[in-house]
Amino acid sequence: MTDLAVAQRSLRGLPSLILSPRFLRSALPALSLTVLLLAIFYLQPRTMSYFGLNLLLNLALPIAFATIAQMCVITVNDLDLGIGAYVGLVAAIGATWLNDTPLLGVAALLGCIAIYAALGALIHLRNLPSIVVTLGMSFVWLGLALLVLPTPGGKAPDWIQAIMKFRTPWLPFTIYASVGVALIVHVALMRSAYGAILRGAGGNPRSVARAGWSLLRTKMTMFALAGFFGMLSGLSLIGLTTSADANIALRYTLLSIAGVILGGGEFVGGRISPVGAVIGAMTLTLAASFLSFLRLPPDWQIGAQGGILIVVLAFRAIINRAEARR
Amino acid sequence: MPEILVRLDGVEKRFGAVQALLDVELTFSRGECLGLVGHNGAGKSTLMNVLAGTVSPDNGRINIGADDLTRGYDVTVAHRRGIRCVFQELSLCPNLTVAENARVLHPALKGFGWRRRAGELIIGKLDEVFPGHGVRAGDVVGDLSIARRQMVEIARAFSVTDVAADLVILDEPTSSLDSVVAAQLLAFVRRYVGSGGSCVLISHLLGEILSTADRIAVMVDGKVVDVRAATDHSRDSLVATMGSVAKDERQANGAATESKRVDNALKVRARPAGQTLGPELLVHRGEIVGLAGLAGHGQTEMLGHIYANRGRAPAGMQIDGPVTLVAGDRQTDGIFPLWSIARNITVCSMREMLRYLLVQSQSEKTMAEDWRQRIGIRTPDMNNNILSLSGGNQQKALFARALGAEADIVLMDDPMRGVDVGTKQEVYAIIREEAARGRCFIWYTTEMDELFHCDHVYVFRNREIVADLARHEMTEEKVLHSSFEAAA
Amino acid sequence: MNAARPAARPAIVTRVLEQPWLWAYLGALLVWLATITFTQGQGAGEVISAALAFGTFSVIVGIGQMYVITLGPGNVDLSIPATMTFAGAVSMKIMGTQDAMIPLGFLIAIGCGASVGVFNYGLIRLLRIPPIIATLSSSFLFQSAAIAYGRGIKIKPPPILADFATARIAGLPILALVTILFAALMAVVLHRTVYGRSVVAVGQNPRAAHFSGISVDFIRFVTYVLSATLAGICGYFLSGFSGGASLNMGAEFLLASIAVVVIGGTSVAGGYANVSGLWGAALFMFLLVTMLNTFGLGAGVRLVMTGVIIIAVITVAGGKSANS
Repeated sequence: MTDLAVAQRSLRGLPSLILSPRFLRSALPALSLTVLLLAIFYLQPRTMSYFGLNLLLNLALPIAFATIAQMCVITVNDLDLGIGAYVGLVAAIGATWLNDTPLLGVAALLGCIAIYAALGALIHLRNLPSIVVTLGMSFVWLGLALLVLPTPGGKAPDWIQAIMKFRTPWLPFTIYASVGVALIVHVALMRSAYGAILRGAGGNPRSVARAGWSLLRTKMTMFALAGFFGMLSGLSLIGLTTSADANIALRYTLLSIAGVILGGGEFVGGRISPVGAVIGAMTLTLAASFLSFLRLPPDWQIGAQGGILIVVLAFRAIINRAEARR
Repeated sequence: MPEILVRLDGVEKRFGAVQALLDVELTFSRGECLGLVGHNGAGKSTLMNVLAGTVSPDNGRINIGADDLTRGYDVTVAHRRGIRCVFQELSLCPNLTVAENARVLHPALKGFGWRRRAGELIIGKLDEVFPGHGVRAGDVVGDLSIARRQMVEIARAFSVTDVAADLVILDEPTSSLDSVVAAQLLAFVRRYVGSGGSCVLISHLLGEILSTADRIAVMVDGKVVDVRAATDHSRDSLVATMGSVAKDERQANGAATESKRVDNALKVRARPAGQTLGPELLVHRGEIVGLAGLAGHGQTEMLGHIYANRGRAPAGMQIDGPVTLVAGDRQTDGIFPLWSIARNITVCSMREMLRYLLVQSQSEKTMAEDWRQRIGIRTPDMNNNILSLSGGNQQKALFARALGAEADIVLMDDPMRGVDVGTKQEVYAIIREEAARGRCFIWYTTEMDELFHCDHVYVFRNREIVADLARHEMTEEKVLHSSFEAAA
Repeated sequence: MNAARPAARPAIVTRVLEQPWLWAYLGALLVWLATITFTQGQGAGEVISAALAFGTFSVIVGIGQMYVITLGPGNVDLSIPATMTFAGAVSMKIMGTQDAMIPLGFLIAIGCGASVGVFNYGLIRLLRIPPIIATLSSSFLFQSAAIAYGRGIKIKPPPILADFATARIAGLPILALVTILFAALMAVVLHRTVYGRSVVAVGQNPRAAHFSGISVDFIRFVTYVLSATLAGICGYFLSGFSGGASLNMGAEFLLASIAVVVIGGTSVAGGYANVSGLWGAALFMFLLVTMLNTFGLGAGVRLVMTGVIIIAVITVAGGKSANS
């Protein structure tokens, strides 16, 4: 009897939980993805198949990796305006050196990650605005990519292509991979002991430093992670396209920022959500397909991404305002 | 004789013109709660920052146990020696959960299952200190109420992993707690002390100090003037000790001030936001009105409230005439750090210097030179950067900015913080002169002496006006009494 | 008298040396000298003329970006490229290559820009979206609007507009001369008007600006509208200059607008701006590219050099505020 009473009471508490601002805020990314997916299924029932989903979400994985990279930088209150160009450079290295002389390719990629860590150190030590530094780096990355691969071409290593085109049972590879990435990063940043320090360095750097942690180390770690996930983004991208182009991923800079924000991350204060970021990346990828199913001209694809971003942020503003009033 | 845990010897600290600590000698013993009281700026917080390792003293020695740790003493050393501090500004990470915040303070919480251990540690301590607290280990700190955040912060300071918490400093720990929870905390402090811990308690509620502390140290002007067993004190004797340096030539002519109220027009009528009953703030033409009370009890908000509603006062409020403000926190609210002294002074008066839509540099120069002479800003060139001035002269520039603007109502947000005595006297004279010309001043000050320049004083406590004292009835004791506790 | 003169000269020299814009011009001069040394004096004048012609557009959008950046940390306008494309496409299409429509087209370009600015600030103020995200998401919308409206075709400008945008007097582009005058005007606005002073004040210390009687919100609003309007105007003339509005014509101006502001000596942390440096930086950037091309180096080296220079400039200049 008492169990029943408890169950009843908790059921009665459910609506208030669901309507609580905190729950709404964290559910918003998943909600937007679901609504979008349902709308697509409704408009084009044939997408509700293995191949349909594969087609829809084909490019989601590289975008998800880039979004995770961006999220790492945003965690420590910075912004990376060079991630798109960097992904292009990785793609270029991947389709040339990594294929022809793997050792050189691996060394170059590790070098890129080291440069990222050094950027974090430079930004922290000289107290520089990350926007300008990473904007400058976007020129550098693009230039290096053009040096490595002056004209579009090259060939992605077979093993990468094999991974990306791997036929998984039930659902396409992209979905498994995205879920896997979201979970791994979630454990690393949200559940691990040092992850708490990394996020704390974005939330209240002074108190983290006061407790004896090195802010230089946290910043370098997060930038190195950004370099690492940016690398995965570039490699997974050429796995799909099979060849590379220095300009292949310039859009990713803006997409990755939008993805983080769509996923419930905030610009400052270390409030991030790896799972949300992956969802945000998928939402942006789907938005394009959604419009084509609506028979809207492809011209409106980017616009729709902007529109979705604004609508989600408007919802969030309303939720926050409701919360402030309570 | 209890075991002495920490001994401070001849500790001195100076911030610019202000001697924050002067030859402080104080011991902290095991099994004892030390109460620390004093009016604003007496040096309590600075002393505690020295103890916690966040401020390094200019002179003096810090001994912990038998070791002299003065050289290289910092937060890490303090933490390793078991000294914890609950600062007035919250030092939790708002984006992390309660358990994760415990982890930030305790590097030992790592490896598999750390979340569970951190959660048990902090919730266990919360249960011990604040039974029925209603905080869960997984709650994000930013979503908690201020009171619960304060509770987490306190529990975190008392929590122990590989390093003991021997001496815990509580700086106004009850300011955001309700009376039930505050009583829980004080009862816990007694238990903690009873089990051999040591505690420093700073509070504006003298009742708390008298009931909880074993010994009470009173600070006045950066010095510890009195250390006695709490049983030797009463509320009145504490207030008297805090005001022991009171001067007496302040009982000025009250009749003249009263006549100002009768003859002159009412310029400002306002209440703190949220207060509906009790005294109203009234300011008449030519009047200097003081806002008193302990720092952070709603005076600055009152000034902000008046400033924000200038020109369009809502019902129940009256603001008659243009308003200007002299900032007290120069770096945050006052200075434009990249500009010259002249431009910092003229920024409020740009509109009066226009000709063909352009600000005339000649008028700027004239105004700047004018005020340099009137208020005595010591600089070879008014075109030098504002930061080339000393703190006192920067403050003079801010006064010049406000007084140079065409405003009859001047708000002052504790502007004399960290200003030397000579400058203060010069500025007081200018304020009196301007008031005689018909301007009115609303002056929040944390310095008791300055209240005696005012025609009328309103004392704030917990964001409300609790006392309204005319010049002839104002004494230091009355202000202290009203600031520290309601007349019981 | 004689004794005073030598003493005065070093003072002037030090004051000039302290000017942050100096380095941009010095860099431009060095790069130009290196180029014409390599070509043995050939084309020295043409290079300058071309630098002025192309630099014009960076300067127009750079002025708007500079005002926005001066508002303080976090303020930047990422919608400039989209606004240029949008205003360019709409005005070119409405004018439909008719010379009589040129004034109307100009007003339309201004209107397009201003509406983007109003929209941007609406997002920032009403939805409390950080400026970077607000201008980013609105740029998505307006880029799409431009594509949908322009239907992917390059829309030709009216002949007289095309002539004007490419015309030269004594070898100097008219548009560049007009922009030099405009930059001078905007410098006066920045340093001598209540608005300009308020922008600088807000950028240094928004709270102090509020307590000095400045309406911080209004100043920010005007500044975002100004930036977008200038982007609109730039899109209009760039369409005239390059023979029509194309859909990616704004692309390079996101980076260029921020780069000229930074290299030109404006403080990225806000509160200090420098208009003359914009021209120095724009010339420097163009001449650098020309030099590297002349040396026979490819686009890759050119881009790497540009990036390294931007980071070097910010590392050297940004160090001053590091301890604050």
